[in-house]
Amino acid sequence: MSILIDSGTKVIVQGITGKEGAFHTAQMVEYGTRVAAGVTPGKAGQSFDGIPVFNTVRDAAEATGANASAIFVPPRFAGDAIMEAIEAGIETVVCLTEGIPTLDMIAVKQYMKGKNVRLIGPNTPGVISPGSCKIGVMAGYIHLPGRVGVTSRSGTLTYEVVDQLTKKGIGQSTCVGIGGDPVIGLGFVDILRMFQHDDGTEAVVIIGEIGGSAEEEAAEYFREHMTKPVVAFIAGMTAPPGRRMGHAGAIISGGTGTAAQKMDALERAGIAVVKDPARVGETLSGILSR
Amino acid sequence: MKIHEFQAKKLLAGYGVPIPRGQIARTDEEALNVARQLGEGPFVLKAQVHAGGRGKAGGIRVVDSIADVARTAWEMLGKTLITAQTGQEGKPVRTLLLEEAVNVAKEIYIGIVIDRRKACPVILASAEGGVEIERLARERPDRVITEVVDPSVGLRPFQASRIFYGLGLDESLARPVMATVIGLYRLLIEKDLSLAEINPFVVTEDGGVVALDAKVVADDNALFRHPDIAGLRDVSQEDPLEVEAGKHNLNYIKLKGNVGCMVNGAGLAMATMDLIKLAGAEPANFLDVGGGATAQMVKEAMRILIFDRDVKMIFINIFGGILRCDTLAQGVVEAARELVIDVPIVVRLEGTNVEEGRRILAGSGLAFAVAVDLADAAKKVGEIAKRVG
Repeated sequence: MSILIDSGTKVIVQGITGKEGAFHTAQMVEYGTRVAAGVTPGKAGQSFDGIPVFNTVRDAAEATGANASAIFVPPRFAGDAIMEAIEAGIETVVCLTEGIPTLDMIAVKQYMKGKNVRLIGPNTPGVISPGSCKIGVMAGYIHLPGRVGVTSRSGTLTYEVVDQLTKKGIGQSTCVGIGGDPVIGLGFVDILRMFQHDDGTEAVVIIGEIGGSAEEEAAEYFREHMTKPVVAFIAGMTAPPGRRMGHAGAIISGGTGTAAQKMDALERAGIAVVKDPARVGETLSGILSR
Repeated sequence: MKIHEFQAKKLLAGYGVPIPRGQIARTDEEALNVARQLGEGPFVLKAQVHAGGRGKAGGIRVVDSIADVARTAWEMLGKTLITAQTGQEGKPVRTLLLEEAVNVAKEIYIGIVIDRRKACPVILASAEGGVEIERLARERPDRVITEVVDPSVGLRPFQASRIFYGLGLDESLARPVMATVIGLYRLLIEKDLSLAEINPFVVTEDGGVVALDAKVVADDNALFRHPDIAGLRDVSQEDPLEVEAGKHNLNYIKLKGNVGCMVNGAGLAMATMDLIKLAGAEPANFLDVGGGATAQMVKEAMRILIFDRDVKMIFINIFGGILRCDTLAQGVVEAARELVIDVPIVVRLEGTNVEEGRRILAGSGLAFAVAVDLADAAKKVGEIAKRVG
């Protein structure tokens, strides 16, 4: 079992003929993801490694019945690409693009209101349900099918933690990168709710970082609604205020969004907070064996 | 991206916000000329640096007569201004904004930020201007007026009106204050800003209003569609190593410690800094070479690290996915040979082609301390830092 995506998920790749799109489509297919179609305006009728290419998402969705989309479109067109996927009725939209203007994402969030869509990202490594489906750019082989849910605002730090889990023989149900931008689709609270209700998940790892209040909201949700154990790591204990640490959303502003505040909120809610990034796997392993 | 006060004020003026009469000067002579055009004085000389806290640090000076303008300008220009926000290294003062002094009757705060959770702009205003708004919002939330803007319809006139009446100002100021709020919002939307702030917005003794200070932060990701804003960048206000790193698409931020680090991915880079701290040392920087880094980028990253005089050792922490460990190892070995690096290097590799990467490091004949995992790396960093620190 898993959340968001599984072996039944049929994927459209928007931007399939671009450099990133082409590379990662091949990787996803190799992992076993069912990539049903690609979209690149002006290239309908072509095929990419045997995958049919369409001009629009609507055409691709109608022809193939795909229910998910992976967006590898350059930043200036990505907001529009997300809306196109939503309009075509795609249920799960994963936007990998980094560098989308914030006001474009605000327009996307407006457009999403009242519509039945789950947006992951942007600026995310994607989502993987190990062994069944990968929509994203993460290296598939470090994952192991299992019962721990992982959710994170970053990419390689998630790989680091997943690797620690896998090496201890702890598999993952689904790993979800929610994205490193200030305005994103699903947040930690949404993902925690899904994990709480997923029979295939027995514990969760949250990997947060400085900036915003997503971790504080997660702490609040955990306190009110969760029965499954959660382990958290927050990156950026040593980050200076007022500086953007790589991710557009990773900034301490006006004294809020610090790692200390987030750790404190999570700890007070009863979540096991790990200070040492090398010990996330070990801590979870300890909790699971109790 | 930050811009200077005078640039922010010019943008505001274009959107109908009243600003004080004034001009910039880059020499004492220019300052005198500006003062002559402005009149009798008194004048205010304001150091144009990308940092707040200028007043307390001597970066804002009032002179009563034109006779004092040139001397004061000469004293301020070319200096490094150290404020509570700049850190010890300070910011160079290359430009002054010379304005006619304003007789302040009342200070107000008006600002717009992006609320991340609600995904919309939020206007904040307070009758207690001149203070830090975040602090006021924490300590006296009842003193802060908040208007959440529905981005699909934009700022509505009734909201501008609510802000005006919330501030408790004289009815005669309704038009200029509401026009200012609306202008500030239009500026934020049309120029893709992440922050637009007038603090203080002042009521003058003769009953007018004027933006006495302004702060604007542009969304870096939207600069491609605003060449006018992108052109306002002043690299003299940025750390030279950060500017150099930016030329090579490296995400680098200079910090105070002496353990230089190179990492792929922003989250792992932050976690690596934290790990260095936990090992009893201090990180010298944040450096994310990105997921798609090439051997050439790795070399440029190594250059940046050793150009930092504070760096006494280097910690390379890579989790290879798209960036393969053998590519990275190749880049590190080439860089170490070409750049003549004389500080110890701890390398921790994991992920795609890790065995090949480790083999390249071991076969290079160079003295890398190769760590088997993150915990081992932390131990090695701690030990070496103690020795070289």
